[in-house]
Amino acid sequence: MLRRLHSLPGLFAALLLLVIATSGAILSLNPALERAGAIVPPRGAVNVADVAQRALRAYPGVEQIERLPSGAVLVYFTQDDNSGADLINPMNGKRVSSYETSAVFSWLTDLHRAFLWDDRGRAIAGIGALLMAFMCLSGVFLLASRAGGWHKLFAPIRSTGAGATSPRLHAELARAAALGLLVSALTGVWLSAIRFELIPEAREMEAEFRQSAAGPPPADIGSLPALQAVDLMDLHQLIFPFRNDPSDVYSLRTHQGSGYVDQGSGEWLSYADYGSGATLQTFIKELHTGEAYWWLGLIMGLAALTVPVLAVTGGLIWWQRRQSMPKLKGNSPSHLADTIVLVGSETNATWGFAKSLLDGMSAAGKHVHVAPMNDLVDHYPNASRLLILTSTYGDGDAPASANQFLHKLEKLATSPAMSWAVLGFGDRQFGNFCAFADLVTEKLKQRDWPQILETNYIDRQSGPSFEQWGTVLGAAIDMPLSLHYKPLPRATKSLTLIARKTYGEQVNAHTCILRFKPAKPGRSLPAFAAGDLVGILPPNCDAPRFYSLASTSKDGVLEICVRRQEDGLCSGYLYNMKLGEHANIFIQRNARFKPSRGKSPIILIGAGTGIGPLIGFIRANKKHRSMHLYWGGRLAESDFLYEKELRSYLADKRLSRLHTAFSRCPEPAYVQNKLLEDAVQIRNMINQDAQLLVCGGRRMADDVASTMNTILAPLSLDVATLKKASRYLEDTY
Amino acid sequence: MNKLFTIIGLSLGLCVAAATQAREVTITTTLNTYRGNAAYLAIYLTNPDGKYKQTLWVAGKKSKYYKHLLDWARGSGLKTAEYEGMTGASVSGGDSLTIKADIDDALIDAGYLIRVDSAVEDKRENRIDAEVTLTTSGAGTPVSGRGYVNTLSYSL
Repeated sequence: MLRRLHSLPGLFAALLLLVIATSGAILSLNPALERAGAIVPPRGAVNVADVAQRALRAYPGVEQIERLPSGAVLVYFTQDDNSGADLINPMNGKRVSSYETSAVFSWLTDLHRAFLWDDRGRAIAGIGALLMAFMCLSGVFLLASRAGGWHKLFAPIRSTGAGATSPRLHAELARAAALGLLVSALTGVWLSAIRFELIPEAREMEAEFRQSAAGPPPADIGSLPALQAVDLMDLHQLIFPFRNDPSDVYSLRTHQGSGYVDQGSGEWLSYADYGSGATLQTFIKELHTGEAYWWLGLIMGLAALTVPVLAVTGGLIWWQRRQSMPKLKGNSPSHLADTIVLVGSETNATWGFAKSLLDGMSAAGKHVHVAPMNDLVDHYPNASRLLILTSTYGDGDAPASANQFLHKLEKLATSPAMSWAVLGFGDRQFGNFCAFADLVTEKLKQRDWPQILETNYIDRQSGPSFEQWGTVLGAAIDMPLSLHYKPLPRATKSLTLIARKTYGEQVNAHTCILRFKPAKPGRSLPAFAAGDLVGILPPNCDAPRFYSLASTSKDGVLEICVRRQEDGLCSGYLYNMKLGEHANIFIQRNARFKPSRGKSPIILIGAGTGIGPLIGFIRANKKHRSMHLYWGGRLAESDFLYEKELRSYLADKRLSRLHTAFSRCPEPAYVQNKLLEDAVQIRNMINQDAQLLVCGGRRMADDVASTMNTILAPLSLDVATLKKASRYLEDTY
Repeated sequence: MNKLFTIIGLSLGLCVAAATQAREVTITTTLNTYRGNAAYLAIYLTNPDGKYKQTLWVAGKKSKYYKHLLDWARGSGLKTAEYEGMTGASVSGGDSLTIKADIDDALIDAGYLIRVDSAVEDKRENRIDAEVTLTTSGAGTPVSGRGYVNTLSYSL
């Protein structure tokens, strides 16, 4: 709900806020620029009588002196029937420059507050400011809720998994800018409300007008006590009396009040404070424009500069979120539903099962609410049943749509009690099968809620075993439940195999590098980057297999590295594929396995086909960032994947160092051995903020992790700590 | 006889009426083209000494800015009764403002002055941006202004 309150006005107002914020950011430079060009004597150094006398000496036709909020002193004068305005040096009255309001800034001001469209534009800008304030507040609440409480608001922001750059950038920037944006927005709303008379404006109290007394003749301006008593810092405006009119007066406005000063005696004829309301009002206005404090203006301008980035990343997050959950017909709102189905999914495959469950239970007359696990809310007023379908990411981590689930679970209301069940999805070939489902089970068991049935597991998206689980579930909750699983249709593309190279036959590691192009000439590849995954559907098979991509779509080919597994359905299919044959594929983003941005060193560690994404990262390293590859194979003569290419990358500096280990050569070695040999260099790189990316089989990754722990120990660091900081990434299979 | 008195009486009455009759004066103020927001203008009448007599027109809708029309503000005391019903939109650079005002015949050719004070947001405030003496012979002859006003003219 809170997220909707944030994203809907955000989408609506994005373009509006883009214009307001960008123009505001540029405008924020103005006070600082004016300040930079101004000569500002400290308090006590110059009073109004001094500056008036100096101005009069330099400008005999002076009519009015103003001190701008920036501190610059401005004189208006008439000379030979011509009017002019100059900025002057308050120390000697001499001209600094002529005063011109910048055309660019004037235009920007009009754009900023009225979209160049008079009152209608002003109203829109006012609404924009209101939306901005609303976005700031809802955003801060979201941040706090995501961080796990207000006290953790400033803790490091967790990496959020798939498509992680957008959410993370959005959150980091928003957190830094929120206060500045909120001040800009609220003061802007207030200015707009005053303008449209939605709130009453505090009127400045005006002094009563009195003429100069007929008594003494006009005295030298420098000797007038009322002017001497006002410091230049407090001056707003001094208007000179008309020449040759002894009854005319000086009218003087300070920051506190205004009044009239006798030409002869130099005493106040009348004076009135503006009143606290009016003074506050001026302060709020100057806070908004940055005139109050030029440096604060710059900070607020900097905060405003984040808005374009926030708008774009916010839009992307919204879009990714939309994409991550298929449209479900008959999905009930959470507050009406009697059954809550939460889905944890990395590749979206689990959604097909959730949909079948929704259909089956709806047919049995239940009101079912299906949502990503991350959308768990604090309270489900009408729900009596909680069903969780989740996959596991990597080594027992939460999948993308569930990475905030566990800490949200702590806040879930304990009543009304919900009976619950968990169903795990995974692949038994891999270690830590359904580990996250087990973790969720364990956490739910800590509540005194009845468990409907023991946690079950679905291996490799097996439809029949899911339908069987449905029957058991139906029996347990006394409801005839019949589920019919149909995988969600995927938008696949057809690609043609255009090149293949095989390795490792001699050492019984049948491996090939395959390159594909779009089947239809003239079509483009879907967008992907090295490290993303390609899902491949072998013929007569519902469940896709995923492979790490070794190329980016900009390379013009889709490249993967495949090792033929014993009775591997998909790997066998790919290994035996002939040139010119087609494969149906789709792209699965994998933001969790990407080198960080920046210049710090990258250490790539892999074995066998694990080199796939790593070679892609090296190939894309055109900025020659320090990149070190540790790779292990069996026998250099037989399965040294990408040997020639790696040598060329060493030559053109895309790769800094290459360390290989072969297990079946006369001096057998594994990557771990190479890492240990280079422990000192690795620690040096870690000290330079290096990031490690490990790709390969689970066992190899575990060996590397324990070796790395040994290497890291002298630095009082370990793999777990680096993982938390997203400096140790794994892509295992 | 009675008839004669009636005629004389009526004629006298007409003469008296004529003596206090107000004349419609059309005043045209043309602004220079300048950069910035639309100008607030106060068009008013002063006696030969420059003392405020009456408001003819105020261009600009937000009364909170009226204090920037310096001399007029001072003369009129910014009392609503002085300008009620005589306000309109502010005038953009390059535009003209034509108004009609009723002025007592007795003030024409008596040294009275038509004055314009002007102000623009973030720019200078001009007291007596333009002024012209109200005479029968001066009608139709534009005078130039000092600030935002390019020309000021009137016709009787």
